[in-house]
Amino acid sequence: MPSEQTPKGAAPRRTSARAAIEASPAPNATVAPASSGLAGSSPWAYAPAPESREIVTIRQRYGLFIDGKERAPSGGEVTITYNPATEEPLAEIAKGTPADADRAIEAADRAYRKVWSKLHPRERAKYLYRISRILQERSREFAVTETMDAGKPIRESRDVDVPLAAAHFWYYAGWADKLEYAVPGRRPEAHGVVGQVIPWNFPLLMLAWKIAPALAAGNTVVLKPASTTPLTALLFADVCRQAELPDGVVNIVTGPGSTGMSIVTDPRVAKVAFTGSTSVGVTIAKGIAGQGKGLTLELGGKAANIVFEDAALDQAVEGVVNGIFFNQGEVCCAGSRLLVQESIADEFLARLRDRMSMLRIGDPMDKNTDIGAINSKAQMETIGELVASGVAEGAEIWQPACDLPTRGWFFRPTLFINVAQSHRIAREEIFGPVLATITFRTVAEAIEKANNTAYGLSAGIWTEKGSRILQVASALKAGVVWANTFNRFDPTAPFGGYKESGYGREGGMQGLHAYLRSS
Amino acid sequence: MGKKSKRAEKLNLPLALEPTEASERLEVRRTAKLYIGGAFPRSESGRSREVKLAKGGVANIAGGSRKDLREAVRVARIAAEPWAARTAMVRGQILYRVAELMEGRAAQFRDDLINHGSSKSDAATEVSAAIDRMVWYAGWPDKLSAVLGGTNPVASSHFVFTLPEPTGVIACMAPESSPLLGLVSRLGGILAGGNVAIVLASESAPLPAVTLAETLAVSDVPAGVVNIITARRAELLPHLVRHADIDGYDLWGCPDELLAEAEQGAAEHVARVARRPYGVKDRADAFDGERGERIDGITAFLEMKTVWHPIGS
Repeated sequence: MPSEQTPKGAAPRRTSARAAIEASPAPNATVAPASSGLAGSSPWAYAPAPESREIVTIRQRYGLFIDGKERAPSGGEVTITYNPATEEPLAEIAKGTPADADRAIEAADRAYRKVWSKLHPRERAKYLYRISRILQERSREFAVTETMDAGKPIRESRDVDVPLAAAHFWYYAGWADKLEYAVPGRRPEAHGVVGQVIPWNFPLLMLAWKIAPALAAGNTVVLKPASTTPLTALLFADVCRQAELPDGVVNIVTGPGSTGMSIVTDPRVAKVAFTGSTSVGVTIAKGIAGQGKGLTLELGGKAANIVFEDAALDQAVEGVVNGIFFNQGEVCCAGSRLLVQESIADEFLARLRDRMSMLRIGDPMDKNTDIGAINSKAQMETIGELVASGVAEGAEIWQPACDLPTRGWFFRPTLFINVAQSHRIAREEIFGPVLATITFRTVAEAIEKANNTAYGLSAGIWTEKGSRILQVASALKAGVVWANTFNRFDPTAPFGGYKESGYGREGGMQGLHAYLRSS
Repeated sequence: MGKKSKRAEKLNLPLALEPTEASERLEVRRTAKLYIGGAFPRSESGRSREVKLAKGGVANIAGGSRKDLREAVRVARIAAEPWAARTAMVRGQILYRVAELMEGRAAQFRDDLINHGSSKSDAATEVSAAIDRMVWYAGWPDKLSAVLGGTNPVASSHFVFTLPEPTGVIACMAPESSPLLGLVSRLGGILAGGNVAIVLASESAPLPAVTLAETLAVSDVPAGVVNIITARRAELLPHLVRHADIDGYDLWGCPDELLAEAEQGAAEHVARVARRPYGVKDRADAFDGERGERIDGITAFLEMKTVWHPIGS
């Protein structure tokens, strides 16, 4: 195993289990100052570069979007959505009830029967193109809203989430009038009403992954956004209005998980799509068992990022950093297990610590921020609990010295070494900026360890040898394998998991199949 | 004219600024030029010909020459590589942008068709169908490799995949009798595949092609990717089909009696040829949604590339 080594440029930071949990809200006092010019000292300090909030108007209260109109929730209750970077309340969000879900499904069903299913596919395509164009035109507004509501860095919402969301609508718009090419030999038919429940880590992007293929295939939609990140979905309702999408084709019902369950279990909902945790996915699959519905699940992950000794090390370091710290690690396909070949482990970990010391953690609205805020207080606690278990179970923790904001939910990027495969931090999805390092000696051992997980969403391979990439890729039980890159997404490329990471694919031609009936 | 109107007197306007009554106003006519390399030159030959317009008046249409054609091939070749190198999604978005701008010029396209003898309702149908056809093609570039390409499960330890690539510079003899929809139906396929085009416009009804050129010029389609020449087609065809730097020919609009000669010329430099099946009229074809919207319009000018790579540790 690699020996602990102090990289030039960063002071090591070892903490007890308790300290690891407490480190994040107010850690400054315990952090040793950085010793070299590389990390944080003045010549390298960036001036603040905050994105303006002026483009966004967040209302005090948002209703549900049902049948093309905004409606108050039937129970009259609201919840608050917070800015995780400041802990300030942003808006009151309608707490949709089963009665609201019923009303939304009724609207979607009516819209399907009376309007959407009767439309020529080419006209459906043109609605989706409109939506894509409006998302492009309002992209900055969406990016700023997303960052305020979810805590992710503006650089990511601006350059990844929003452009990809628009690209998904674009891509599936083109499919709407070409469905016969996606299912050769049979007549493409929609399900009818689709029920969709999405998570809080990529609120708008997950909405696009769900709604775009559903509408392209000819379905109508009832979607429940996550309770902590509803704002961009509600802003999307305004895009539907601008696009003059027929009433009821898209319905957005905010509310707790129980409202989501009443959507997916309703007998009028013919197909269900869920992205989120494996435990909720299992609950949904059980809840609709026997109803004859279509179901796709995109669940958790514990991806191995495998670095072989012949890898281009600096690129691999960059890829590993992107793999685990992109979106604060709150990514189902995050490369949360680093598998590094023993012969290069010391050298690689030294470079990795060096790179981690240069990450900028702080205000997500700052254009130079690499790591923003953790999405919610509850998630902060989950991450803290798992990090504490890592320390308690005997793994070695290392965190870079860096200042964290005093308000908001921030977690210091965390590296564990000497991790055993049995440790919870190597088995459980943390959904935070925490990387668990395991070493290996041979290709076969790397494959064995990478596959030693209940999950199978993604994996990464770093080597300069093409034939090895292909051999390892074919041996990995993962739905997406990135070679010499990581966390790449494109509407043309299918995404989804093996094993307990779920089933069904989103993106690409394959992403259409779940939204078309197999009759 | 010559005497100030009451309104002009009241406003104390000088004679020069007095608005002309609509009935008296002389129309400013458009000069219908060639479209080569993003510019609108007259023919180097100095020729133009008169086309009578159904709504009255005439249009002078540039009479493209063999030299104009050669210039078009030269600039098309330069434009070919960067166009093919754009991402598939961007090419699709650029074609969609063309559709957006065509919608904005729908009235002019309708006028062009009416001037060439279409009825009002036929013109409206043709323009709408042409815009929708362009949208249909705009959705294709980022789907072609999924639909046409794939991996090949060879019986050895190799990873083998096949993907489509554009052929290159394609000359298109646009359909004669549906001068807008026919042209868009063929041109859209050439562009969606990532090729560049030299178009010989409909000879009897060239105005929609001229308007399309003016639309393309303000769209995001890079200069040289589409070049449109109005000409006596029988005169240019022998030179067109023997130009060795043209990689393929779309002869959908080639009259039956010239087809054999055209195919012989193309054969000399092994150029690809797409033509309508014998006996099928081009107009009926373009207007039939089933036949008009088919992937053959794109696959005609795609090359398939197969790549082998070993698998092993």
